[in-house]
Amino acid sequence: MTKGYGDMRNGTMRIALFGANSGIAVATARAFAKTGARFVLVGRRAEPLEALAADLVVRGAKEAAVHVADLADLDALPTVAAGAWERLGGLDLALIAHGTLPDQTLLERDAVAARQAIEINFISPALLANALAPLFEGGRSGTIAVVSSVAGERGRRSNYVYGAAKGGLIRFLEGLRHRLAASGVQVLDIRPGFVSTAMTAHLKQGGPLWATPDRVADDIVRAVEKRRAVLHTPWFWAIIMAIVTALPRPIFHRTKF
Amino acid sequence: MTDIRDAWTTEVASWGGVARPRHLVLRPGTRAEARAIVADDSRLPLLAHGCGRSYGDVALNPEGRLVQMTGLDRFIAFDRDTGLLTCEAGVRLADILDAVCRPEPDGGGWFLPVSPGTRFVTVAGAIANDVHGKNHHGFGTFGRHVAAIELARSDGSVETITPESHPDLFAATIGGLGLTGLILSATIRLRRVAGTALEAEDIRFDDLDAFFALADGSEAWEYTAAWIDCLATGTATGRGIFSRARHAPGRAAVPPALRPRKAVPLTPPVSLVGGLSLKAFNALYWRKLGLRERVLKTGSYEPVFYPLDAIGSWNRLYGPKGFYQFQCVVPPGADGRAAIAEMLRVIAQSGQGSMLAVLKTFGDLPSPGLLSFPKPGITLALDFPNRGPETLALLARLEAVTIEAEGRIYPAKDSCMSAASFTRGYPAKADFQRWIDPAFSSAFARRVGLIGEGSRA
Repeated sequence: MTKGYGDMRNGTMRIALFGANSGIAVATARAFAKTGARFVLVGRRAEPLEALAADLVVRGAKEAAVHVADLADLDALPTVAAGAWERLGGLDLALIAHGTLPDQTLLERDAVAARQAIEINFISPALLANALAPLFEGGRSGTIAVVSSVAGERGRRSNYVYGAAKGGLIRFLEGLRHRLAASGVQVLDIRPGFVSTAMTAHLKQGGPLWATPDRVADDIVRAVEKRRAVLHTPWFWAIIMAIVTALPRPIFHRTKF
Repeated sequence: MTDIRDAWTTEVASWGGVARPRHLVLRPGTRAEARAIVADDSRLPLLAHGCGRSYGDVALNPEGRLVQMTGLDRFIAFDRDTGLLTCEAGVRLADILDAVCRPEPDGGGWFLPVSPGTRFVTVAGAIANDVHGKNHHGFGTFGRHVAAIELARSDGSVETITPESHPDLFAATIGGLGLTGLILSATIRLRRVAGTALEAEDIRFDDLDAFFALADGSEAWEYTAAWIDCLATGTATGRGIFSRARHAPGRAAVPPALRPRKAVPLTPPVSLVGGLSLKAFNALYWRKLGLRERVLKTGSYEPVFYPLDAIGSWNRLYGPKGFYQFQCVVPPGADGRAAIAEMLRVIAQSGQGSMLAVLKTFGDLPSPGLLSFPKPGITLALDFPNRGPETLALLARLEAVTIEAEGRIYPAKDSCMSAASFTRGYPAKADFQRWIDPAFSSAFARRVGLIGEGSRA
């Protein structure tokens, strides 16, 4: 049987967060902590992970284990995935939330930086999901949730390297979902718009298009509960992106965004 | 990535919205980053900033550095046996209610010992302003329930201070307006309640004497405060509605939603709080109990403690010019009562009514803080739309009446008191000044002479 919201409330959820210190992962973990979930937190730096673990326990988590790993190390990803799976004796939800928001103009000049941006925003999360897939498939239940971005839906001059990485991820998840459909494993593609987190701290924020991580987290909890395939969060991005992707090229090319 | 010139363009307003000075805003995400900011020897003075719920300028530091603390929002530990909660400085009271103060099966649970009229303040802000609530007569100020503070000072030290380990620095930091260093985390003592829900009673009263009779006769009620119809004149002066509440044993109330269900989406071009709407509001509120003299209800604590939290960004209703808050305390007894009556007369005469005039008596539980605002007596709180010089003139008259009655004004709400009024109201000022961290400053501290001209000290 698959896990529904009733199980979340009963505190039976076993959750792995990859890139656990990202703003969206933290907010989502806090929402699940209130239901008494158990966590394994995977990230690069021990100190903030330990702080998050303590925070989640005060908020009601039954357990929060820390696993330090560099998700940019592609060769280690299968081990990282297996370790997280085993730590809690299986998983009900894996949230893959790591990534960077690189400076496009820099990437146009710097091939090494461009490759790294593609690795961390596409190859790493895709390979991680791929390593988790057979584990979930064997259990015939659970959710693999991955944070992509609305930026992945159409290539734009202002961030096409990042957008291409996220676009690749979107296509990868589409295929993974097709593969796992028979086993009842949910593959959730989370596409946020502008979210106020450390990743976007250098941008000018505020205004109606910016959302808080808490709001995005609430949407993610509901999308997991409802076993959705694709989540635009907040909801209005579904409309915005429908328009952006439908714009005829001659018109699109006259825009600057 | 942050370019210093971009950062300079950040305007920060306080809740009243009268001033929007520019600051260099820093956003630490961890305590280690916050410590590094304090240890960094810049010439620009420092000040912590939380949710921006202070009305005046205590949390503003024009031309200086403002450390936005809301990124430090992690709980550190909670002991379910003793109720001791340790958390980072930027955790909000709303987060504590939501995550920790949840009803247990018997309806009881851990609860905030003291809460101001909004949940959307940080723990460090509650300490720095030594906030109080409707239960001051029974529980005193927030600072009484602080067990320890982790404080970073610009000499590079980071220490956990308690009333035992650092009595003087602790006393200066409680109600210390953020001037004694940067609070990184704190331990507060939650309290056990037999029911998270409240039994609340509203009673209509006709004048100030009736208010004092009700206040004196409400010993058995933990939470008390009154709304005053400040447009009423003559024999009706001081009429209002007295609210009192207490925990209902065995009755549970779930924490209110973290995001308001309604919000004021943008600032209207003019204030919506003006003469006519004020008259209408006050007249309606006066009749909210209908023909009945008293109404008793049991339920959520949200409408009792946090009526305004239900509407996000309600401060925008006052338009682009913002509004002023005024809150004073005057001693108990005949002189204090006469001073409150005089203030209500002055306000009614000026025609500049306040939407929310709140009257409450403070008890005699002392605060640990040197600059803490509450003291035994009567406190009156009001807000006035900013109409320029005429509003400032009214505030100056209220200030004069307060000081004449040996009272004082609440820094967290003040935008204009004089240095002389501050010095008379806060006799511990000189003691406090010895504990100001030389790297810290605020618009308020400079205005009231806590930090002298040229003494960047």
